Amino acid sequence: MSPMARNAPVPSATDPAVIRNFCIIAHIDHGKSTLADRMLQSTGVVQPRDMKAQYLDRMDIERERGITIKSQAVRMPWEVDGTAYALNMIDTPGHVDFTYEVSRSLAACEGAILLVDAAQGIEAQTLANLYLAMENDLAIIPVLNKIDLPAADPDRYAKEIAGLIGCEPEEVLRVSGKTGVGVEELLDKVVATIPAPQGDASAPARAMIFDSVYDTYRGVVTYVRVVDGKLHPREKIVMMSTGATHELLEIGVSAPEPVPSQGLSVGEVGYLITGVKDVRQSKVGDTVTNFAKPASENIGGYEDPKPMVFSGLYPIDGSDYPVLRDALDKLKLNDAALIYEPETSVALGFGFRVGFLGLLHLEIVRERLEREFNLDLISTAPNVVYEVTTEDRSVVTVTNPSEFPEGKIHEIREPMASATVIVPAEFIGAVMELCQSKRGQMRGMDYLSEERVEIRYWIPLAEIVFDFFDQLKSRTKGYASLDWKADGEQASDLVKVDILLQGEAVDAFSAITHRDSAYSYGVMMTGKLKELIPRQQFEVPIQAAIGSRVIARENIRAIRKDVLAKCYGGDISRKRKLLEKQKEGKKRMKMVGRVEVPQEAFIAALSSDGAGGEKSGAKK
Amino acid sequence: MPAILPDGDPAPAHGRLPSSAVQQVKDAEASGSARTFSLYVHVPFCTVRCGYCDFNTYTAEDLGPGASRTSYAGTVTGELDFAAEALSGSGVPDRTLHTVFFGGGTPTLLPASDLVSILGRARELWGFEPGAEITTEANPDSVTRESLQELAEGGFTRVSFGMQSAVPHVLATLERTHRPENVPAAVGWAREAGLEVSLDLIYGTPGESLADWRTSVEAAVALEPDHVSAYSLIVEEGTKFGAQVSRGVVPDVDPDDQADKYLLTEELLGAAGFRWYEVSNWARDLEGAGVHQARHNLAYWRDQDWWGAGPGAHSHVAGVRWWNAKHPAAYAQRLATGVSPAVGRETPDADARLLEQVMLGVRLAEGLDASVLDQAPDGGQSARQQIAALIGEGLLDGRAALAGRLVPTLQGRLLDDAIVRRLLGF
Repeated sequence: MSPMARNAPVPSATDPAVIRNFCIIAHIDHGKSTLADRMLQSTGVVQPRDMKAQYLDRMDIERERGITIKSQAVRMPWEVDGTAYALNMIDTPGHVDFTYEVSRSLAACEGAILLVDAAQGIEAQTLANLYLAMENDLAIIPVLNKIDLPAADPDRYAKEIAGLIGCEPEEVLRVSGKTGVGVEELLDKVVATIPAPQGDASAPARAMIFDSVYDTYRGVVTYVRVVDGKLHPREKIVMMSTGATHELLEIGVSAPEPVPSQGLSVGEVGYLITGVKDVRQSKVGDTVTNFAKPASENIGGYEDPKPMVFSGLYPIDGSDYPVLRDALDKLKLNDAALIYEPETSVALGFGFRVGFLGLLHLEIVRERLEREFNLDLISTAPNVVYEVTTEDRSVVTVTNPSEFPEGKIHEIREPMASATVIVPAEFIGAVMELCQSKRGQMRGMDYLSEERVEIRYWIPLAEIVFDFFDQLKSRTKGYASLDWKADGEQASDLVKVDILLQGEAVDAFSAITHRDSAYSYGVMMTGKLKELIPRQQFEVPIQAAIGSRVIARENIRAIRKDVLAKCYGGDISRKRKLLEKQKEGKKRMKMVGRVEVPQEAFIAALSSDGAGGEKSGAKK
Repeated sequence: MPAILPDGDPAPAHGRLPSSAVQQVKDAEASGSARTFSLYVHVPFCTVRCGYCDFNTYTAEDLGPGASRTSYAGTVTGELDFAAEALSGSGVPDRTLHTVFFGGGTPTLLPASDLVSILGRARELWGFEPGAEITTEANPDSVTRESLQELAEGGFTRVSFGMQSAVPHVLATLERTHRPENVPAAVGWAREAGLEVSLDLIYGTPGESLADWRTSVEAAVALEPDHVSAYSLIVEEGTKFGAQVSRGVVPDVDPDDQADKYLLTEELLGAAGFRWYEVSNWARDLEGAGVHQARHNLAYWRDQDWWGAGPGAHSHVAGVRWWNAKHPAAYAQRLATGVSPAVGRETPDADARLLEQVMLGVRLAEGLDASVLDQAPDGGQSARQQIAALIGEGLLDGRAALAGRLVPTLQGRLLDDAIVRRLLGF
């Protein structure tokens, strides 16, 4: 049994030979944060009395959802056979929307713990990240977690993992983050298995940014892994992608509270503070070097975050528009992937068109806006980015159905995705049926074990963005897991479907769909609106149309009776209050032409009925 | 009385009125347009609770001290004494009673002698205006020739029967205890006793056809009552119907069906010499002189003053509204300890008072005095535009509007709440 290190190596003066940089690859709910907490305790960096569940997940939303959005790094001392080591645990986001951030975290490590729930087996997203780790030549330590669970089946899943990474089932460690069983052995294994970092201590300093977090008090905190050379406090540094220079106000390591140091040397992981206020000035994947003695080449692998999904966000109370603008400006400081621009909707008023990495990113941003800034928001159905070529060969990039060009279209190209689904073999048929109906093309299928199959499809991203995940879950009794990544584009027969109230198009309900789905979208939306919009004093036709061609129609008949039968002594207060309530409700009405549409109708029509881990917030 | 009480401020234990309200009563008297004063007495007992009913009523005979059927007359008489004391103690000028109305529940579940003795105390305390209208509600099967005779001799002038329908399956759905043939007998006895007769009907009950409704209205007309009230069935939360509708056991009421039935009601009653004077009320009134209109209810709609006695009863004096403890035992206990039975009170502000006046006024054939809308924050400017639009849409009577009265047309009566909202700009 390894003791806690008595003489922890000192940051800035640590021999790379005693450094171990690793991350944990795991699916949401497989217990990564709990295991990380347990490691903090075992290594003594967090005292039991300071422990709160999921110490590293700093945002409330992360803690509540049990997921990690932003990664961090923690330096932990650990002693094996009398040698004190410095273990840097780099916590990685577990969700597909943040694949790029994951790839940068992996690039900062020499090894990875593959953490799998002993009751559930490996999931698609974990598999995707495992492939990434193996491509980066990381040493993999396979671990089954939650072995204390009654439903745990470690023998079965050890075999599955062994098959995937090419080891013996006996080599798969068994731990319980909850009880602490096996955690110390795991730390020993990290020291034994993961290679020490290598770099040139005398070369010009190069450090890779793998995370960048905005802190209200300290400005942007940048997390880096030093590859070559050394970074010192108070020296001038350069961001190699932009050439921007900053002064290093503070440098240090997380343990897990920030501890300033005399610098960071080869192989070390820590944080930098330069006083900048916007994470865009400190981009994930960028290389930091010394201004006076700069490196000639960056570390490589840097990419600008690219939004894949767009949605309109509107305050329910129109007077909250400035609050929403300020809130987005604040969130942007901490979210380099968030982009937005103002947009106006006839139906919804003033709002923003916001681009996201994916649906979870959308959900998280929306939830943070509502929770941290006390906003009530409507979000329009998410859509992807289309390239539309008109007959005169001009190309329009469409991020909002309202930008869809009028007139004849030569070609429409839509983004595609490679999707991987892992599912028990009995659901193969159901998954294939769903993927075919969503215009997917099968790319392959592999048995991970006798019971579990990995199915790969090439599928329009727009279909994934809509209700794909909800449907996948419901058709597989919740067993399927999904991973996807953007993968090219294709020309498709797409059309814009407009929804008209009394002949007036309601921009918020317009959608770009495949021609074959246009009719069902039209029928669904007109039917839904008929139920949601109260009867007016006049008849209101609801139509779905492609251009000027009506493809579906419903009618809201004129209201004939709108009077309370009784109004005697005791009814007067009550009826007055009823009318006062209607008066309040009127403020939440939006006018489309002469038609009064309750805000609730927009919300209900734009939200899906589906639930599940990855909410689509899209049409059904 | 509805069972759900509105929120409000606490009511003072002594029951006295704020001086501003008292002053308004005095000012009205001085200006020669005195506010009338009426009395409502709530009797919270029934033999069966009907599935649609959300009134404050109980089927048990004994609900605690002072709240049994036998002790109730004494208890509510105690509130009349309290009322007289509180009004005079507040400095409200003495007023004789304009009308009295016993409602429920089923007032006639009490012995006629009890109702007469309660009425007798009211007469001692305030006196009656000459020709005062004194009404009791009754179920057709809760009266006898003798009881009606006794009520008439004791001062009652009018009886309002809960006929509801003449069709057995509709009565069964409504869970009414009487049979259709009870009604002609009860009406006959009331006539013999010299009482005016009103019949209450309910339309739009699930399962009721248009033909069923025609049968009911024609049966009512054949009995030659002086007055008919016809209410669309409302499914209220907290009732048995409400629960059945939300579970899907019973279909919800259909507003289009109710509109058809309302139009049929107007057609049949109009042909039989009845004229509407409020959205749900018609009086036999060949000359259009206003005879047989329910003066007690008109007092509510004309925003006059009344004291409501009994559990859950509401009162109003010059813009102050209050309401009593709902449960008969809690109500009785407050009175027994000399505390006002009122548990809540409100003084609606100018906006709310305007809303009340508009919503009450446009329910009436006499209409709303259009100048009332000048009190709106914009001086009535947007209301005047709406009036023109509403006349154009056929919802307000254009001729009456030129004379300064806002009177809904037949179509407007069905959309009365929409008229209120538009006049007040929401």
